[in-house]
Amino acid sequence: MTDTAYRAPDLVASDIDSYLDQHAHKSLLRFITCGSVDDGKSTLIGRLLYDSKMIFEDQLAALEADSKRVGTQGQDIDFALLVDGLAAEREQGITIDVAYRFFSTDRRKFIVADTPGHEQYTRNMVTGASTADLAVILVDARKGILTQTRRHSYLAHLIGIRKLVLAVNKMDLIGYDRVKYEDIVGEYREFASTIGIDDFVPIPISGFKGDNIASRSDHTPWFTGPTLMEHLETVPLDVTADQARPFRMPVQWVARPDLDFRGFSGMIAAGRIAPGDPVRILPSGRTTTVARIVTHGGDLPLAVAGQSAMLTLADEVDCSRGDVIVRADVPAEVADQFEATILWMADEEMLPGRGYWLKLATQTVSAQLQAPKYQVNVNTMAHLPARTLGLNAIGVANLSTDRPVVFEPYAAPDGTISRDLGGFILVDKITNATVAAGLIHFALRRAANVHWQAIDVTREAHAAQKNQRARLLWFTGLSGAGKSTIANLVEKRLLALGHHSFLLDGDNVRHGLNRDLGFTDADRVENIRRVGEVARLMTDAGLIVLTAFISPFRAERDMVRAMLPPGEFMEVHIDTPLDVAESRDVKGLYAKARAGQLANFTGIDSPYEAPLNPEIRVNTIDMTPEQAAEAIVDHLLIMPA
Amino acid sequence: MATVPAPQTLTHLQRLEAESIHILREVVAEAERPVMLYSVGKDSAVMLHLARKAFYPAPPPFPLLHVDTTWKFRDMYALRDRMAAESGMELLVHRNPDAEARGINPFDHGGLHTDMWKTEGLRQALDKYGFDAAFGGARRDEEKSRAKERVFSFRTATHRWDPKTQRPELWRLYNACKAKGESMRVFPISNWTELDIWQYIQAEAIPIVPLYFAAPRPTVERDGMLLMVDDDRFRLRPGEVPIDRSIRFRTLGCYPLTGAVESEATTLPQVIQEMLLTTTSERQGRAIDHDQSGSMEKKKQEGYF
Repeated sequence: MTDTAYRAPDLVASDIDSYLDQHAHKSLLRFITCGSVDDGKSTLIGRLLYDSKMIFEDQLAALEADSKRVGTQGQDIDFALLVDGLAAEREQGITIDVAYRFFSTDRRKFIVADTPGHEQYTRNMVTGASTADLAVILVDARKGILTQTRRHSYLAHLIGIRKLVLAVNKMDLIGYDRVKYEDIVGEYREFASTIGIDDFVPIPISGFKGDNIASRSDHTPWFTGPTLMEHLETVPLDVTADQARPFRMPVQWVARPDLDFRGFSGMIAAGRIAPGDPVRILPSGRTTTVARIVTHGGDLPLAVAGQSAMLTLADEVDCSRGDVIVRADVPAEVADQFEATILWMADEEMLPGRGYWLKLATQTVSAQLQAPKYQVNVNTMAHLPARTLGLNAIGVANLSTDRPVVFEPYAAPDGTISRDLGGFILVDKITNATVAAGLIHFALRRAANVHWQAIDVTREAHAAQKNQRARLLWFTGLSGAGKSTIANLVEKRLLALGHHSFLLDGDNVRHGLNRDLGFTDADRVENIRRVGEVARLMTDAGLIVLTAFISPFRAERDMVRAMLPPGEFMEVHIDTPLDVAESRDVKGLYAKARAGQLANFTGIDSPYEAPLNPEIRVNTIDMTPEQAAEAIVDHLLIMPA
Repeated sequence: MATVPAPQTLTHLQRLEAESIHILREVVAEAERPVMLYSVGKDSAVMLHLARKAFYPAPPPFPLLHVDTTWKFRDMYALRDRMAAESGMELLVHRNPDAEARGINPFDHGGLHTDMWKTEGLRQALDKYGFDAAFGGARRDEEKSRAKERVFSFRTATHRWDPKTQRPELWRLYNACKAKGESMRVFPISNWTELDIWQYIQAEAIPIVPLYFAAPRPTVERDGMLLMVDDDRFRLRPGEVPIDRSIRFRTLGCYPLTGAVESEATTLPQVIQEMLLTTTSERQGRAIDHDQSGSMEKKKQEGYF
């Protein structure tokens, strides 16, 4: 037993420093094993660990005892018991969740994700595949290509794994029959080509007996390819490919240790960056340059894809979590409508039209899915019509987001895979469960147009859409003159006529926007300035805006008039004499002012500067409020367009 | 464009470091009240070091939480206080008041000692401060049920882990959404192996408890384990006399429950060498995992880290 248990490489004992240096520079291969249940995935991984002498003496002893107690291999070692970690799995003899195993040889380090074979646990298989460089697809030589073989091959390819091994397992149980092996390889090749897999490495193995795993099998002299271990150790890894792409860094978190420092942290998804490089912040599009790459051990001259970095920028631009810092001259795309492949992973089926949280890189937005365009039959690759997607279904659907999203296509036509900016998950807003994974194909043209032409939606276009001219009706007059009463009636009349309007008065402005302002002259000026700015934005949006403020000073009313294009500001003087207003005293304010309880009251101890040439003057002594409103609306609507 | 410099190949330690820093930052960005569970062991040392790098030049924006059993080695308390001061982080120490009142100890109470001080103590502390995300230093290569746990591991309001409803965790996208009262355990060093931990400690010169290095220490041999007599609370059985042996520890926990190994390794490369030449698994030294296969999964379901 001891010769099969863990043993350190000889160099460990003879020269530990050399060994550590060598180990530190080994490359890392992350791979998955997948295939149908009972094809022997866990056994294969157990065998890989065993053959690379990763099993300690005590573990081996426990394994031998467990094998006899609950194993499925009679008195022999059941390697699957090494990896099936959860009690439920060991009892049922199946693998329900992805298990990560670590081993290394003299040439490489490995992280292997052992993924479940049962269809109901496809989401766990996809979890394992999403970070893998290579997939070992296992096939039981007695059974050949099964539904799950196709399904897992399709998923592995879909998720971007381009290095595939077809491990035809349990060769010992078919007497190492070459013809049967080649039939299986041929059948797989035919299937693979239909889903875009043009290259894979077939190997005849027995995980149980160890054939062609770590050493070449005597039973398959006709096989000239590499053993599984040889292939895993030598398959080329293009670890620097991501660095050749344009720079992308989703911002995770902003460091603000003091007022002078703002550091933008994130993992670099693609490309490389150096101080002085011009960058663009998406989705805003603002540009700046990188000032520093800050680390605990001093600033760096360069950072590359795969590193977690902290950048400072030369200018004070808005940038926060969810933004993506990109190379200035090759920005990523920004859109709010996409076509995507959806892998549904929840028991509750997809609800088209419902809002889900969409997480892509560090962005979280609300997203709605349309009904699928089609569902993929994973056995036949046929496109089936579908109204929804259920657990483990894969389909293609359009989706829209409530805000623009910075993205890249998951699989670009040139073969580039953008996992970080092309892959997303959908989260149920009520249960918080991750219900789907998605791979973006492309932005829908409609969204792209709307986004990039946003600047062309003019204030005239806004107004034209509402079949009206934007106007600002500025009601001015003493307290109690009737401004709000008449303005209200005007707005009701406009609504009845199908116009789009909004009334700004003391009630909806003083409590919110201007709650910080009092009644000193300075505050009154600022009050009017803010109301003017808000009213101007609303006229930009094409609305007919009504304001009802005393606005006693000519200068402020003229200031607002100057903010707007000529002809849009209409001064409406509600001309009620002081004695009449004071006699009405609806709110009892004049009495208070006369009693000295209210300072700066217009008309009492603060002046009212009546308009010299108002567009409309309303005499409230001769007219009822209704008549006044009618007159104002008439005047407004006969104004030349 | 200027000439393109040659690509930089990141070592696997650099990749692991980047991945861990990414995870730490995600939690800080998404959780309301994160905390780092700090056990003072070598894995905690690495995790704390990664946190300091992740948020530099700011200090890590969360406190350290030590769920104390009052039975840790004295050297561990010393390093704990030193690292908290050096990192500029708040150190919260929680001791289960019930365990304290009942005098629960490893000599008289066996498994209850771990249950009350650690499992229950952790739950109490998380509830008391309302932490919604707790970083832990567990690694997937340690134990079979940990090999299956997600990086962001969801806990119910009663701190239970349900291995059958783990959320799919794709790419580097972590779903941190949760309801009020629910929380996450987050394992930033999930993908590190024990050798990675040691090599990183060496490469980054990270301070660790001196007990990891061999030195003459007073010990007794009991039930097949070498136990260190760290203070006068250690109850000697009749006939037991502490003997100075050159020992070190592969893992650190409560001193009366943690087995030492006889060793001459006084430097990191020697420690690593000894580890690599050992033919038994790492956690052999800790009594907690001995009872039966699947015991760790049970403890985790109950809320043990």
